[in-house]
Amino acid sequence: MSMEQLYQQLILDHARERHGHGLRGDASGPGAGESFQVNPTCGDEVRLRVRLSDDGTRVADVSWEGVGCSISQASTSVLSDVVTGAGVADVESFAAAFDDLMHSRGAALDPATEERLGDAAAFAGVSKYPARVKCALLGWMALRDALIKASKGE
Amino acid sequence: MLTAAELSAVRADFPLLARTVRDGRPLVYLDTAATSQKPQCVLDAEQDFYERRNAAVHRGAHALAEEATEAYEAARAAVAGFVGVAPGELVWTKNATEAINLVAYAFSNATAGRGGDAARRFRLGPGDEVVVTEAEHHANLVPWQELCARTGATLRWLGLTDEGRLDLGTLDVIGERTRVVALTHASNVTGAISPVAEVVAAAHAVGALVVLDACQSVPHLPVDLHALDVDFAAFSGHKMLGPTGVGALYGRRELLEAMPPVLTGGSMVEVVTMTETTYAPPPQRFEAGTQMVAQTVGLRAAVEYLGELGMDAVAAHEAALAQRLLDGVAQVPGVRVLGPSTAEDRLATVAFAVDGVHPHDVGQLLDDAGVAVRVGHHCAQPLHRRLGVAASARASAGVYTSEADVDAFVEALGRVRTFFGAGAR
Ligand SMILES: Cc1ncc(COP(=O)(O)O)c(C=O)c1O
Repeated sequence: MSMEQLYQQLILDHARERHGHGLRGDASGPGAGESFQVNPTCGDEVRLRVRLSDDGTRVADVSWEGVGCSISQASTSVLSDVVTGAGVADVESFAAAFDDLMHSRGAALDPATEERLGDAAAFAGVSKYPARVKCALLGWMALRDALIKASKGE
Repeated sequence: MLTAAELSAVRADFPLLARTVRDGRPLVYLDTAATSQKPQCVLDAEQDFYERRNAAVHRGAHALAEEATEAYEAARAAVAGFVGVAPGELVWTKNATEAINLVAYAFSNATAGRGGDAARRFRLGPGDEVVVTEAEHHANLVPWQELCARTGATLRWLGLTDEGRLDLGTLDVIGERTRVVALTHASNVTGAISPVAEVVAAAHAVGALVVLDACQSVPHLPVDLHALDVDFAAFSGHKMLGPTGVGALYGRRELLEAMPPVLTGGSMVEVVTMTETTYAPPPQRFEAGTQMVAQTVGLRAAVEYLGELGMDAVAAHEAALAQRLLDGVAQVPGVRVLGPSTAEDRLATVAFAVDGVHPHDVGQLLDDAGVAVRVGHHCAQPLHRRLGVAASARASAGVYTSEADVDAFVEALGRVRTFFGAGAR
């Protein structure tokens, strides 16, 4: 696989622009949750906050802060685009689909999944490099954890 | 110095160096500081042991047990000789990490009263201080943090200069309360070689024991542990052309004799009753359970291989590579060396930061060119923090590294910032 396939332009652009970067809102309280995750092999970090809608069914806001490689930064940036305003159930199934993609070891995506993943499908090449899968999942791990905390109102 | 002919003969001894990676690119292995490749003679020595002499050592009186025990002890003598100490001063361990932990836990056990009066000098308590440096690998930091937490002693440390060298201006951290000084002989990140003599003098002046992490020095430099006058030293076989699963702890004989055991069980005892046990003299006292005999035999082959090349020649070859690495990296715009910028008193281990590109991404692009470097914090988070970065990429050479390897690395490094568009920002 060429490096251009791994580092698609979309990834390089997101790594630079980092949508949702810069923490805002509350770390805890009703409907709010925050999670801090590190990748112990490289020391990369992400701190991510979510705020749920008043009825708890939608993600009203996501913001994050972190240092890391272009894969982890771009992946968290795409996450922020995908998740903001989406229903919690949709977010969970999207996260599961992305997780599957990351563990596909470079197998071709079926068109339906590819369409579903949208921009996140650009990370398909990462799955060929087991050492980088954690980078792409770092933000998503933080999201899942933050959602659990937010729904418990911790 | 190795001649071109000698170097190509050396390279031919390492089967793995002939392979290709990532769609057929020749391998450029620059991760020797993490683990070295192994020459054929080491692989053969292990295989030969299993094919002809395999038995448990120091147990049983049959012919094979005798031969295996002899091979095990001959390996000890060879490795001890390689670092300038007596065989009775060298304890086999799994690796350097285990060796350092062994010393730290012996201190704990002495503190708990084990080893009796003879082990008095290993007892620690509140008011005592253990001194490390900011350059340490986690293996020579965390065991001391834990020892302090268990005993109430205080952990202190020597600082570094901005080039990552030990700052001798901070040597006054070593004082009357200091009981142990643990430092690395050479950093696995910056490649800086520590001024061991100065630290040993300061430590011994206050009666403190010196523990040297010799993981990165023994594979690359002539090392005489007696001449260095350290009290303990640790190193790993796998970094010095030997197998994984074997390392060593050196301890001054009188210290090992006074030290209580750490792992207990079979092979390390004299008399065992239902209530009490007396222990074998060192080094057996510290070698509980069935040992990694084949690996010790492999490590012997490794030190003999290095001995035949001559460690002066190895060091000279690597000094030239250090210079070439530094010169090469200096030519690439936007690359900063984390560590000494000159080749004196340093290894051919060069960590660096690429402006605007994360080390992981640097490593990925180099890997695509067949160049294997390490990325991350290299088990030295405080050192990276001191140098103002979270992580780095690191190229490290060994006896089999060629100038062509260095040039291929520098060439690939030159493409990194362009690829990520970092130059344009
Ligand atoms: C300086 C230093 N100390 C200690 C270690 C630990 O060695 P090992 O992992 O073989 O126990 C290493 C290597 O990882 C090292 O480079």
